Amino acid sequence: MLGRSANHLYWMSRYIERAENTARILEISQRMALLPHVAKKGASEWQAVLEIAGDVAAFTERHGDVTAAKVTAYLTLDRENPSSIWSTIRAARENAHAERVSITSEMWESLNATWLEVKDLTPAMLGKHGQRDFFDWIKERSHLFRGITFGTMLRDDAYHFGRLGTFVERSDNVARILDVKYHVLLPSVDDVGGVIDNFQWGALLRSVSGFRAYHRVYHDTIEPRRVTELLILNDSMPRSLHSCLDATVALLGMLSADKPTEAARLAGELHASLHYGKIGDIFQTGLHEFLTVFLKRNNALSAEIQHSFHLAA
Amino acid sequence: MASALLNLRAKRMARAGASPNLTVAAPTPAVKAAKIKTALKAAKGKSDEGKAKPAGKPASKSVGSKAAAPKAAASPRKALAFDEMTAFAGNGPVTPEKVRDVYKVFAEWQATVPAKEFERKRKEAELLFRRLGITFLVYGKESSTERLIPFDVIPRIFSAEEWQLIHDGCCQRVRAINAFLNDIYHNQDILQAGRIPAEEVLINPQYRPEMQGLDVPGGVYVHIAGLDLVRTGERDFYVLEDNLRTPSGVSYMLENRNVMMRLFPDLFSAHKVAPVDNYPAHMMASLRALAPGGMSNPTVVLLSPGAYNSAYFEHVFLADQMGIDVVEGQDLFVKNGHVFMRTTKGPQQVDVIYRRVDDDFLDPLAFHRDSMLGVPGLLAAYRAGNVTLANAIGTGVADDKSMYVHVPEMIRFYLGEEPILQNVPTYVLRDDKDRSYVLDNLDKLVVKEVHGSGGYGMLVGPAATTKERQDFAKRILANPGNYIAQPTLSLSTCPTFVSKGIAPRHVDFRPFVVTGKTQTLVPGGLTRVALIKGSLVVNSSQGGGTKDTWILES
Amino acid sequence: MKLAIQHATVYRYEAPVNYSIQYLHLTPRTAACQRVLRWRLETPGQVIEMPDAFGNIMHVLVVDKPHDEIAIRVSGEVETTDTAGVIGSETEALPPGVYLRRSHLTEGGDAVADLVSPLRKLIVKDRLEGLHDLLLKVNGAVAYRQGETDAQTTAADALIQGSGVCQDQAHVFVSAARALGVPARYVSGYLHVGLGASDNASHAWAEAWVDALGWVGFDITNGISPTESHLRLAVGLDYLACAPVRGVRRGGGSEALDVSVQVNQGSLAVMPTAPLSATGGQAQ
Repeated sequence: MLGRSANHLYWMSRYIERAENTARILEISQRMALLPHVAKKGASEWQAVLEIAGDVAAFTERHGDVTAAKVTAYLTLDRENPSSIWSTIRAARENAHAERVSITSEMWESLNATWLEVKDLTPAMLGKHGQRDFFDWIKERSHLFRGITFGTMLRDDAYHFGRLGTFVERSDNVARILDVKYHVLLPSVDDVGGVIDNFQWGALLRSVSGFRAYHRVYHDTIEPRRVTELLILNDSMPRSLHSCLDATVALLGMLSADKPTEAARLAGELHASLHYGKIGDIFQTGLHEFLTVFLKRNNALSAEIQHSFHLAA
Repeated sequence: MASALLNLRAKRMARAGASPNLTVAAPTPAVKAAKIKTALKAAKGKSDEGKAKPAGKPASKSVGSKAAAPKAAASPRKALAFDEMTAFAGNGPVTPEKVRDVYKVFAEWQATVPAKEFERKRKEAELLFRRLGITFLVYGKESSTERLIPFDVIPRIFSAEEWQLIHDGCCQRVRAINAFLNDIYHNQDILQAGRIPAEEVLINPQYRPEMQGLDVPGGVYVHIAGLDLVRTGERDFYVLEDNLRTPSGVSYMLENRNVMMRLFPDLFSAHKVAPVDNYPAHMMASLRALAPGGMSNPTVVLLSPGAYNSAYFEHVFLADQMGIDVVEGQDLFVKNGHVFMRTTKGPQQVDVIYRRVDDDFLDPLAFHRDSMLGVPGLLAAYRAGNVTLANAIGTGVADDKSMYVHVPEMIRFYLGEEPILQNVPTYVLRDDKDRSYVLDNLDKLVVKEVHGSGGYGMLVGPAATTKERQDFAKRILANPGNYIAQPTLSLSTCPTFVSKGIAPRHVDFRPFVVTGKTQTLVPGGLTRVALIKGSLVVNSSQGGGTKDTWILES
Repeated sequence: MKLAIQHATVYRYEAPVNYSIQYLHLTPRTAACQRVLRWRLETPGQVIEMPDAFGNIMHVLVVDKPHDEIAIRVSGEVETTDTAGVIGSETEALPPGVYLRRSHLTEGGDAVADLVSPLRKLIVKDRLEGLHDLLLKVNGAVAYRQGETDAQTTAADALIQGSGVCQDQAHVFVSAARALGVPARYVSGYLHVGLGASDNASHAWAEAWVDALGWVGFDITNGISPTESHLRLAVGLDYLACAPVRGVRRGGGSEALDVSVQVNQGSLAVMPTAPLSATGGQAQ
C-alpha cells in the first residue's frame, strides 16, 4: 500500500492510544490528589504527570508553576498543546479523514463522533467533577474504536499498520509511566521494603488496568518489585511491555513477510530482552536504567518503522 | 403564485383537520392533476398553472434571478418543451394515448403507485447514498454535515433506436476530436488547409507546446470523454459541450443504477435495461491496452488532488471499482525517466496514470511552479514515452468554446462524414457580423465566456434585466474574442418527483465515451435535472439533481 | 570568436535532502551563429538528456539518496559567428505562431499596451525597423539595476517600476513584441564581456520573428543585436521555460546558492578555475 496511507493509519492509532493513556494518567492522579497525604506532596505528583504525558519545559514557559488545575487543563483541552487530549483526538481524526478510504465507515463515524464531542469543549464546561467523567469517556471511546476496528476491518496491511501504531505507542507510554511513577514513589532505595504506600501502588496498577491482574497473579500484598515484574515481563498482562512487544513482533513479521526489514529485526531484539528477561537482573542494573534504555530502543524502533516502510513524508 | 397555491391548500387541509403537508394522502397522478385544477379554479386567479397550456412558457430562468411574473409577452421563444414521456402533448392529465412507446410500461406502472410511495423511495434512496458513502464528497475540514446531490427516483428512459443515434453520434465526434488532437500536435494539416485559423490553436491557453511532435500510445489523446447533450425533439439532439480533460459524473451513473435496482426491482424486471456496471472494466481495459510499449502487465493508478477536491468521492469510487490505487502527487516520484509510487514495500514503477489533476498542476517544473498536486519531472517521463497519461496533456484545446464551433468541421475533415449530432447554433463574437447580431439580440441569447467554466460568467439574455444586459454588452465590447452566444434551447423535460408529485423538469444528458484500442459507449450516462420548475440550470451547485438513465435493449 | 565557458551552480542545504530533481538548460545547440566544439556537464547524480518543448537540449537530474549539496558544473568551448543577430529558422520545434502565447511573466497589462501603441504603424510597414525602435524604447524605459526585482517580477511590474535586470528587460521586450502581433521569445545564454572572470557573464536577451529572416536577436540590456560575444543556451516563452536550473527537493531545510560563471575568449586550457564566490545570490 502507499507509504503515506500506512503512515496515516499508523498515526491515527498512535494518537488514539496516546489520548487514552493521557486520560488514564490524569484520572489516577486526580483520584490520588483527593487523599490527604498525597495532597501534601502536591507539586511533585503533578510534576510527575507532566513528565509522563507532556513537555515540562513548554508547560513551565507558558504556565509557570505546577498546580493540579493547570496541569489538568494543559493536558486535557489546551488547544496549543500538541499532546493534550484535545489535540491528539484531533490529530487522530485528521489522519483518519485523510485515509478514509482504508477504514470502515463505522470506524470513521465513531472517531468523528468522538471528535465532534470534544472539539468545542472548554475546561469551564467540564468543571471539577465533569473531568473524571470525561476521562472515563475518552477511555470508553478508545475501547470502542479498537473494538470496531477489530470487528469490522479486513485483516490486510492497512489493518496491521493501524494495530502496530497502537502497540508502539503503548510501549512508550507504559514505560514512561513506570519510570516516572517509580521515581516518585520510591525516590530512594531506602524506601524499598519500607512502609508501602498502597494507595500509590494501587493507583499505578489501576492506571494500566492491572490492579485485579496483580492480585490474580500474585495472590499477595502489593510489592514494588512484583508490580514492576507484572508490568514489564508478564506476557498475559495486556498492557505490559512484553505483551506490547509480542504484538509488535507479530505485526512486523506479517508486514515484512515478503522482504525482511530492519524494523522487524530491531523489534525482535527488543522483544528478546523482555521475553528472556529476569526481574532480578533488571533491578540489578537498575530499573531506571533499564527503562531508559528501553525507551531509547523503542524510539529507535519507531524511527526505523518510518524508514523501513517508507512512511515518512 | 406557487406560494398562493400552497397557502390555499394549507387552509383547506387545516379546515379538514389534516396537517398542511402536501404529500399526505395523494391520490394517483391523473386524479391529483384534476384536484389541482379545481383548487386553482377556486383560487382567485393568482396563478396560471394548470390552465390549458399556451405555447408560451418562459423558456429559461436561472437561479438567482427572480421568478418573472408570467406575462405572456415576457419570453420571445415560446416553444413548448419536448417531454420525454408525452412528447409535445403539453401539460394536462397524462392519458395512455399521450405516452410515448418507450414510456408506456413505466406509465402503466406509475399509475398504480401512490405519490406517498415515491416519497418513501426518495428517502430510502437518500439513506442508501449516505450509507454507501457518497456523502463524503463535500466534507469540509471542520464541518459535520455532508451534502448530497439530490437524486430523483423517476428514471429517464431511452429506446434502443434513440440510443443508437446517440451512440453513433458521440463515437463519431470523439473519433474526430482524437484525430484533430493528433493532427495539431503533429503536422497540423487542418491548419495548413486553412480550415481552422492557426492562432485559435497556437495561442489557445489549453494548447500545450510540450505536446508538439510527441507520439502518444495508440494516437489516443482522449481516453475518456463526457459529452453534454440536450434534446429538443424526438430525434433532435444537440451537443452542448465536449468535456475532454477530466470529465466527471461516472460514479453517479453507476451509483444511481445500484440504488434504483434496490428501490424498484419490479420495475426493472418489467423492462430490459442495458447494464452499466461494466464501465469500470472497460475503462481499465482501455488504460491497460495503452500502456507504454504495449507492455503486458502495467501498473495503473488514479492521480487525485486529494480529499478536499469536490470530485474526490468519484476518484475513490472509480479506483475501487477498477481495483487500482488512488494516489496523490506526493506519493509519486520520477527517477531514471520513469514514474514510481512510494509503497510500504519500496518504490513501485507506475506505467499508466488516470489523472484527475489539471494540466497546469501536473508538473511544477514545467507548469505552475507552486503546484503541490503534481509530480516534478512527470512531463519528462511522459515525453520520454515511459508513462501514459489518460487523458493526455493538452486535450483542453479541443474542448473550449472557441474550438467547439469547429468540431463539425473536424468530423468532415478527418472522417469525411457529416456530423450525426449537431452543434447548438453558435455565434462567435470575434466575428463582426456575429457580434453585431448578438448585441442587437441579447434578450434572446445566452452568452458564454470562451475560456470559462459553464454556469458562471455568462448571461442568460431572456432572464436578465436591461441593466445586466447593458453591463454585459460592455464586457463583450472590451474583449469580444472571449465570448460566444447561443439561442436558448427549450430543453426536453422528464417526469420528476417533486414536492407536489410527478411533474416535468428540464434535463440534459452526459454519456461517456471510452477510447482504448477500441471505442466504447457504455449504455447509460448521467442525466442531470433542473429541480426548480422552469429552470434550465442543471448544475448540482445551482439546484440540480440527477436521475438514473435507462437504455432499453431492443 | 572562440569562447571558453565555465559555469558552476552549487546548492547547499542545512539538513539532508532525501530526493531532488532538476530540469537543466545548460547545454547549447549548434546554430548559424555558434558551433559547439566541446561541452561537458558534471552532475552529482544520474542525468537523462532530452529535447524540451522548445527544442532546447534539456537534462533531467535526479539525486535519490540523502545529500546536502547539489553541484552542477558546466565547461565547454564554442566557436561563435556574428550574423548580425539573424538566427534563421532551420531546426525549430514549433511554428513561430506559438510564440505569440501569453505567459504569466510576460503579462504586459496597460503599461506595455501604452508603450507599444506608437509603434503599431511602423511594425506593419517595416517589422525589422519597428523592432529596432522597440529595442531602444525598452532599453530607455527599463534601466538596468540589480536587486530591485526578483524571479516573480512580470513584464508589467518591471516596466511600471522602470528598472530591472536583463531578465526583466527581455520580458518587457517579448511582451511588447507580442502585443504588436510579433512572435517573440526569451533567450537565456552567456555574454563575453571582456578579459577576466565576471559574475555577470550569464545573460538574457530576446528574439523576434521577421518573416524574411526568421528569428532575429535583440539584446535589450546593451541596446544592440547579438554579436559573436553572445552564446545562446536556450529559448522559450519566458525565463521559467528556459531557466538554467529549475528544481524541486524533499527535505533540506534552508538553501544557499553559489553561482560562478566565466566566459573567456580562447580555450579552456588556459582558463583558471575560478573559486566559487559566496554570493548567495540569484544566477542572473
